[in-house]
Amino acid sequence: MNFKGIINLSLIGLKTNKTRSALTMLGIIIGIGAVIVIMSVGAGAQSLILDQVQKVGTNLIGIMPGAPSEEGPPATAFGITVTTLKYEDGLAVAREVPEISAAASFVRGIETVSWQNQKKDTTFVGTTASYIEVEDTEVELGHFFSEQEEKSVIRVAALGYQLAQELFGQADPIGQKVKIRRESFEVIGVMKERGSVGFESVDDQIFIPLKTAQKLLLGINHVSVIRAKVKDNENIDAIIPAVKQIIRDRHGIRNSSEDDFDVRNQAEALAMLTTITNALNYFLAAMAAISLIVGGIGIMNIMYVTVSERYQEIGLRKAVGAKKNNLLSQFLIEAIIVTLLGGIIGIIGGALVSGSVALGANYLGYNWAFIITPFSIIIAVSVAAAIGLIFGYFPARKAAKLDPITALRYE
Amino acid sequence: MASKNLIKIQKLYKEFVADEVITKVLFDINLVIDRGEFVAIMGPSGSGKSTLMHILGFLDRPSTGQYFFKDQETSEFNDDKLADIRNKEIGFVFQTYYLLQKTTILENVKLPLVYSGSKESEAKAKQALKAVGLEHRLKYFSNQLSGGEKQRAAIARALVNNPEIIFADEPTGNLDSKSGAQVMKILEKLNQEGKTIILVTHEQDTANHAKRILNIRDGKIIDDYKVNNRSTSENGVLIK
Ligand SMILES: Nc1ncnc2c1ncn2[C@@H]1O[C@H](COP(=O)(O)OP(=O)(O)OP(=O)(O)O)[C@@H](O)[C@H]1O
Ligand SMILES: [Mg+2]
Repeated sequence: MNFKGIINLSLIGLKTNKTRSALTMLGIIIGIGAVIVIMSVGAGAQSLILDQVQKVGTNLIGIMPGAPSEEGPPATAFGITVTTLKYEDGLAVAREVPEISAAASFVRGIETVSWQNQKKDTTFVGTTASYIEVEDTEVELGHFFSEQEEKSVIRVAALGYQLAQELFGQADPIGQKVKIRRESFEVIGVMKERGSVGFESVDDQIFIPLKTAQKLLLGINHVSVIRAKVKDNENIDAIIPAVKQIIRDRHGIRNSSEDDFDVRNQAEALAMLTTITNALNYFLAAMAAISLIVGGIGIMNIMYVTVSERYQEIGLRKAVGAKKNNLLSQFLIEAIIVTLLGGIIGIIGGALVSGSVALGANYLGYNWAFIITPFSIIIAVSVAAAIGLIFGYFPARKAAKLDPITALRYE
Repeated sequence: MASKNLIKIQKLYKEFVADEVITKVLFDINLVIDRGEFVAIMGPSGSGKSTLMHILGFLDRPSTGQYFFKDQETSEFNDDKLADIRNKEIGFVFQTYYLLQKTTILENVKLPLVYSGSKESEAKAKQALKAVGLEHRLKYFSNQLSGGEKQRAAIARALVNNPEIIFADEPTGNLDSKSGAQVMKILEKLNQEGKTIILVTHEQDTANHAKRILNIRDGKIIDDYKVNNRSTSENGVLIK
């Protein structure tokens, strides 16, 4: 008996029970669809995360207070306040490392900003004049504060683009007085629009001189982070030891194991995020694989029922000369056709869902890539076929092994 | 050359074992059937007629005893070999037809050819359907046929691989007398054309179409005789 004949038999078998075939397929459609969605959405989310980090800049070095921890996030990420890092550390790094073009210090807090009767709770950022160069941005209106101004407790502010819109609408903010808490600040500039950077919108922040923020609003004299910009084409990893040495000297530390600060490379952070998001993707894919196995067991169940319901057909086929292998392949191919077809529908459905997610994310302004790799399709299709083969085998073997007369007499 | 013996059974016993209950069905059956015979196996319900037919047709195996098919001892034949014999040498007709649902009559008749990998299966199936007067029903589904038509389709399926023997187990059991007569006509005609026919029935009228009658009671052959004056004519014209 030829292959085409067997395929034909299987197709007839499936057509005879359209509803059941469709229900069998459903488990596989959902499983494969989930795999595709997870792999695609995972890749899209990853692209979004990496895009955000890259926007912050990969030629930046971050100097954070607190002892370095090997791979994990810095201590400050857990809400621990460390007061060892100072404004002067940033100045020293910018002055003494030739490959560094600028370094900006940061402190921040959340306060109500108001103008006349407009109010907004938002983040104020105390920083240095070098912010403009380090963050690679510029002012849209007016000017940013100068190096002179950052050292004095002077009440000037630059507004994020969106904050300016919300508080002032059509009015010209320059020269107006806004209040942060109850302190009054003169608006000297409006920043250009930047969108979200590192998952935070910088457009609704308000920027004031570092010293002003430390003394007037926070009552501290440390900084929470220093960002240093490395000149183009310089090897960041080679510079980090020099940066560390300068701060060590300033903090009077002899041994690197006593460091009370950490220096990190944005590229490193990028690699770390990639590792984390990859792990997340694999985890999700494993969940999807479990759903596929459940789908496979569903197929096995339904096929066992099918075989019992088709005893007379099996008996008749045996009576007219079907051999064991004929029946084994007929039922196996039925299972494989169901799973393959289910797999293909699942891929299409999954692609549609992930496409809509990507479309929605892009509509919301995120740079979300729609990624379906040939690899994931190949995986999905072969997994579907394998499931058909594995879970179809036992019911098919049961059919093949039936005694002709037992099957015929079955009622 | 092959002898004229087609089937030779010696000291055949058959018992069924299920859940430690042993049902003894056939006892010491000895039987020879030659090529071209038309044999009716008769007996009351439960006497073992169908069981004997299933063993003769290789749907089942004897518990003990010997079965020579075309002078070959068959106890060592494996399942695939038996499937091959059923496919090429034997055609079955059952009381309940066993046509595949949602499958056309033509496809049903082609089924044995699918398993023998025959060429021109379409033409052969059409020819077989013509022989039973169903050439106008090729594309019908089994549920669109009358009982008599279904049984004739089943006969076409039994014929399609041009087997040597046709086994028919109560082929008229579900039919009205007119359709039953049609079916018997076809079997007679096939016998006239040289096919060996083995018919299982418990009706004397039906058995009278055969040339030889075996009587079974409680699993034993109690009578075996030739029928001379047959009630039907020689011409074998189909009643339409
Ligand atoms: N698989 C089986 N297991 C146990 N007993 C069986 C089995 N098959 C048949 N029998 C028994 O064998 C006996 C003969 O059965 P068989 O079907 O051969 O009778 P029959 O002569 O064809 O009767 P009928 O005219 O009613 O069809 C019955 O008593 C039946 O119960
Ligand atoms: Mg019977």
